[in-house]
Amino acid sequence: MSELQADRSSGRVVAGAGQRRSAAGADLLIAAIGFAVLVSLPFLFSSKALVDFVIRCAAYGLFATSLNLLVGYTGLISFGHGMFFGLGAYSFGLLMQRTGLSIPAAFVLTLLISAVAGLVIGAICVRLKEIYFAFVTLAFQMLIHSVILSWQPLTGGDQGLRGGIPRPVFLGIDLGNQLHLYIASCALLVVGLLLMRQIAQSPFGYTLRMVRDNATRASFIGINVWRVKLAVFVLAGMFASVGGVIMSLFVSGAYPEFAYWTISGEGIFINMLGGVTTFIGPMVGTVLLLILNDTATRLTEHYGIILGVVILFFALGLRKGLMDFVVEWYAERRDKASTRETST
Amino acid sequence: MLQIQRISKSFGGVKATDDVSLDFADGTLTAVIGPNGAGKSTFFNLITGAFRPDQGRIMLDGVDMVGRSPPEIVRHGIGRAFQVASIFPSLTVEETMLAAVGVDQRRAEVLHRRFPLPETRERAAHTLEMLGLADKRQRRAMTLSHGDQKLLDIALALVLNPKVLLLDEPTAGMGPEERWRMIEKVHELWTREKLTLIFIEHDMDIVFKIAPLIVVLCYGRVLATGTPEQIRANPAVIDAYLGTEQHEGAA
Ligand SMILES: Nc1ncnc2c1ncn2[C@@H]1O[C@H](COP(=O)(O)OP(=O)(O)OP(=O)(O)O)[C@@H](O)[C@H]1O
Ligand SMILES: [Mg+2]
Repeated sequence: MSELQADRSSGRVVAGAGQRRSAAGADLLIAAIGFAVLVSLPFLFSSKALVDFVIRCAAYGLFATSLNLLVGYTGLISFGHGMFFGLGAYSFGLLMQRTGLSIPAAFVLTLLISAVAGLVIGAICVRLKEIYFAFVTLAFQMLIHSVILSWQPLTGGDQGLRGGIPRPVFLGIDLGNQLHLYIASCALLVVGLLLMRQIAQSPFGYTLRMVRDNATRASFIGINVWRVKLAVFVLAGMFASVGGVIMSLFVSGAYPEFAYWTISGEGIFINMLGGVTTFIGPMVGTVLLLILNDTATRLTEHYGIILGVVILFFALGLRKGLMDFVVEWYAERRDKASTRETST
Repeated sequence: MLQIQRISKSFGGVKATDDVSLDFADGTLTAVIGPNGAGKSTFFNLITGAFRPDQGRIMLDGVDMVGRSPPEIVRHGIGRAFQVASIFPSLTVEETMLAAVGVDQRRAEVLHRRFPLPETRERAAHTLEMLGLADKRQRRAMTLSHGDQKLLDIALALVLNPKVLLLDEPTAGMGPEERWRMIEKVHELWTREKLTLIFIEHDMDIVFKIAPLIVVLCYGRVLATGTPEQIRANPAVIDAYLGTEQHEGAA
């Protein structure tokens, strides 16, 4: 994996524990800079379209990156990850509409609901072999979608959650204000990415890689493969549901499409676009897909055809995602440079 | 002390292991030999929990291993390497070791710290040194030669500090010279680590040279056990196994 290559090259220079801690520090620094840049955008360009775009990137980016924890790091190809996106949107929306809870309380409760759903669904799915795992997660996605459609008194059926989501002010934050919502979304995105990055670079993250590479060997060195898969399934589901929460706040409601299987498909597609061998790949894929989506739908009715062609280009042409491609190209260049150095 | 008591395992109609009873005293080195399909790998698979025996008991220091999962059995101190090297292709040699030590220290699910954990370094480095993989620590496992992959597989078992180490054909797929180097390493491990080591081997020269104890399996049954001299002199073994080898050698 290219990311491991990158890790390795840095590992050659930095070896001690102190330097590892500074790797975490570097992530923090990048996150802080990223957050500062994002927050300054609305002040530099007063564009409502840009603000909306970034909020959607936050929602889909969290979702797609969490899917990469399953696909790229653990080798679990879920076709139903979108269920957590939908679950997050509906849980949060319903809690806000019906319980009068504060936003932070509803947010935490939404995380809990996703965790429990992830635990139950994961317990059934993660023992299954690849293709069955994919299909059964897809089946759960469809199940949740049809429950949302048919439980009309609670969910509003195909009309979705209507009437808006109340946004009581908390800690001086008013999510009814578009700028506040923007900053809150960016904060959730940056914190979510940081946490997932930490998971990926933790001992647990390497356990995931071992399970992906060779689950049999992993179990014969003492790893409880089933438990590890269940744990990452639950964690990824929780992060995906945060994406759903952002989306529900953005559209002030929740719609059955949020829980439809096409959301999972888009997640897979984003991962193909951006690549699964780098942590940041899915985030890059998200930005690409949303740009593609917005321009294609503006220019033509044949949005599906354009997406199809782009998928084929990445799948058949590059045979990898954009970031995989970039990292490999960079590594090759570096290797060439170093051979030139040694030969002269 | 590893005591195998009357274990059997059938696959459909094939009795891969048939009423096998064997004792392996602490610190012994035993070779398991037998023709292809004799049930040698199955024997290891039963001990390590890959398969559950149809009947019988597998006692490690008085504790029954039957019905336990592979990770549990590893934690009780039975480590193994595989006939076909079983490694983590995308991890580097060093990462493989560091992660394995982390698993053994019950830190496989630690989320709040960064890999690698400093407390895993010493043991990882020590094992790599011992197996001669230290200079390849930055290599990704998939780029290693066949022999080094077999060594890494053994290192993975060894780094967990097992009481009992099972090596399924450590020399499989190697040329004559590499074979001897590997087997010397195995022998050195045994003398240095004082563990109970059981290995499967096809090459009779190797077996007779280094193994103080030999078990002969044939059609799932124990045909004979004993020292190299006893095995060489055993008529049943000559008949069933060595005889054919010599014929093949003569032909
Ligand atoms: N998982 C399995 N399912 C069905 N049959 C099996 C299985 N594993 C082993 N067998 C059968 O059990 C018998 C013993 O196989 P085993 O792999 O233990 O032999 P072996 O002594 O290790 O042979 P080799 O020297 O070729 O490695 C063979 O007949 C094999 O086909
Ligand atoms: Mg075998």
